[in-house]
Amino acid sequence: MSREMVQRFGFAFLTLVTAAVVLPIILVVGYVVVQGAPGLSWEFLSQMPRGGMREGGILPAIVGTLWLTGGTAVFAVPLGVAMAIYLAEYASDNTFTRLVRLAIINLSGIPSVVYGLFGLGMFVLFLRFGSSILAGALTLAIMTLPVIISTSEEALRAVPQAFRTVSISLGGTKWQTIYRIILPQALPGILTGIILGLERAAGETAPILFTVAAFFLPRLPRSVFDQTMALPYHLFVISTQVPGMPVKIQYGTALVLLIFVLSMNLIAAGLRSYYRRRRQW
Amino acid sequence: MSQHSQQKIHIGELTAEALIRASGLSAIAFVLLIFAFLLREGVPAFFEVKPDALLGVRWYPTEGYFGLWPLLLGSVLVTAGAAAFALPTGLLVAVFVAEVAPRWLREIVKPMIEVVAGIPSVVLGFLGMLALSPLVREAFNAPTGLTALTGSLVLAYMALPTLISVAEDALDSVPRSFRDAALALGATKWQTIWRVTVPAARTGILTAMMLGIGRAIGETMAVMMVTGNAARMPLTLDSLMRSVRTMTATIAAEMGEVAQGSTHFHVLFAIGIILFVITVAVNLAASLAIFQQKRRSERLLS
Repeated sequence: MSREMVQRFGFAFLTLVTAAVVLPIILVVGYVVVQGAPGLSWEFLSQMPRGGMREGGILPAIVGTLWLTGGTAVFAVPLGVAMAIYLAEYASDNTFTRLVRLAIINLSGIPSVVYGLFGLGMFVLFLRFGSSILAGALTLAIMTLPVIISTSEEALRAVPQAFRTVSISLGGTKWQTIYRIILPQALPGILTGIILGLERAAGETAPILFTVAAFFLPRLPRSVFDQTMALPYHLFVISTQVPGMPVKIQYGTALVLLIFVLSMNLIAAGLRSYYRRRRQW
Repeated sequence: MSQHSQQKIHIGELTAEALIRASGLSAIAFVLLIFAFLLREGVPAFFEVKPDALLGVRWYPTEGYFGLWPLLLGSVLVTAGAAAFALPTGLLVAVFVAEVAPRWLREIVKPMIEVVAGIPSVVLGFLGMLALSPLVREAFNAPTGLTALTGSLVLAYMALPTLISVAEDALDSVPRSFRDAALALGATKWQTIWRVTVPAARTGILTAMMLGIGRAIGETMAVMMVTGNAARMPLTLDSLMRSVRTMTATIAAEMGEVAQGSTHFHVLFAIGIILFVITVAVNLAASLAIFQQKRRSERLLS
């Protein structure tokens, strides 16, 4: 076989493998949409679960996930952005910085269920927050940090050096330069990172298992010290723990969760490509 | 500007900079805190259960058997299975995206693969249970579709996005001149890919594989939902076709039902310590490889 034939077969094989990886994605998302759509209705989204969760809606799970995502943002966004600014603008290339980077890499690799154990040990038991939105959001926030940091740092670094030089040469201090020049320029990229991080927090189950999630709690949380239901945990419960669950409700819940998460993904992707095109440098 | 307001700016600035520097430290603090709290709740297990009992082959916590081998081997089996699917596939897709696909196709494939990273693991576990496991059961005529193999398949899929994007970055960072030189010498594109580009990117590709495997070991919900959760020693040849139970699934499934401060509670934290140590080791190895790669390329370019 000639070299050109080998290449032709080789490329065809690579295309085939890629198709075999990409097509199931469409299949998976499409399948959940088709199976879940019949279960969606205003009642499903706006009512409490009834009849052992086999009837009614999933309102408390939706509201709980919103609380948790919001709580995660409160803790993770300021800290994550500050860390990104530190790494992009302040850190010099020394051992300490390298340690910080190693720590962030490790944070991103620690299994989600280990975060759950940590949250249980530190926030629920040691700090006596109990099983609460506060404990769950703090646990999710620490888990979310690496995503926010790495995307934000990249956005800050992408701002051309000339912006800094000009600002400093006009008499701006380092902080003024960062706050008034660099941050606004990097904002779209930072927002993308924040959304991607929160998307991950919204879909996680293992970290909230022992820190906040309630099996069945047909009322809405009133404060950050309440337990709450949450969409991902609810999907786990109704697909493994409750016998005789109508498939319609299971797929409906999966679809709501998927829409929630993938719409964040879409917003992040849209934001990124919009600003990439608009940007003048 | 008055003296007074200038001073105020100055103080505000100093505070902001101090906070930012402190935030850098917090990353290290978090890793240490996580480890400290795992140790705090997990170390008692090593006093309450004799070491040879922890090394036993039976996990029946309710009857006082805390043998960790079935869980450890369960994790190893499912992860190895996932690696067998994901490593070659991931490399091939990364090569396709980085070296072969035209730009427009690349712009479609990359976001699609990112979508997988965004799908919550509980949704993939749910689909694995309802859609994939019946297929596995029928294909192998097994008594149940909730097997180690099903877990490996789902895990492989979940490891792919990390694997592909890191490997693709590594291929992208191979200098253009490497490829040009090979092509100018008369090599085909195919030969260039496998004899020049991929070998030049091998450190990055290895890193990608390690990170992918690290992700697979730590995966919890999807694995718990599709592997059937039988804590048995997976030593026979047909183990892939049988139910297993991983370390992560054991923690997630049992922590909700144990009394705080009980031996069982402490042993679950001890499993957390094992998982923490494994993933930190994998990530350290992967990042050391990256650092070394950087140093090497700096040498080459200087």
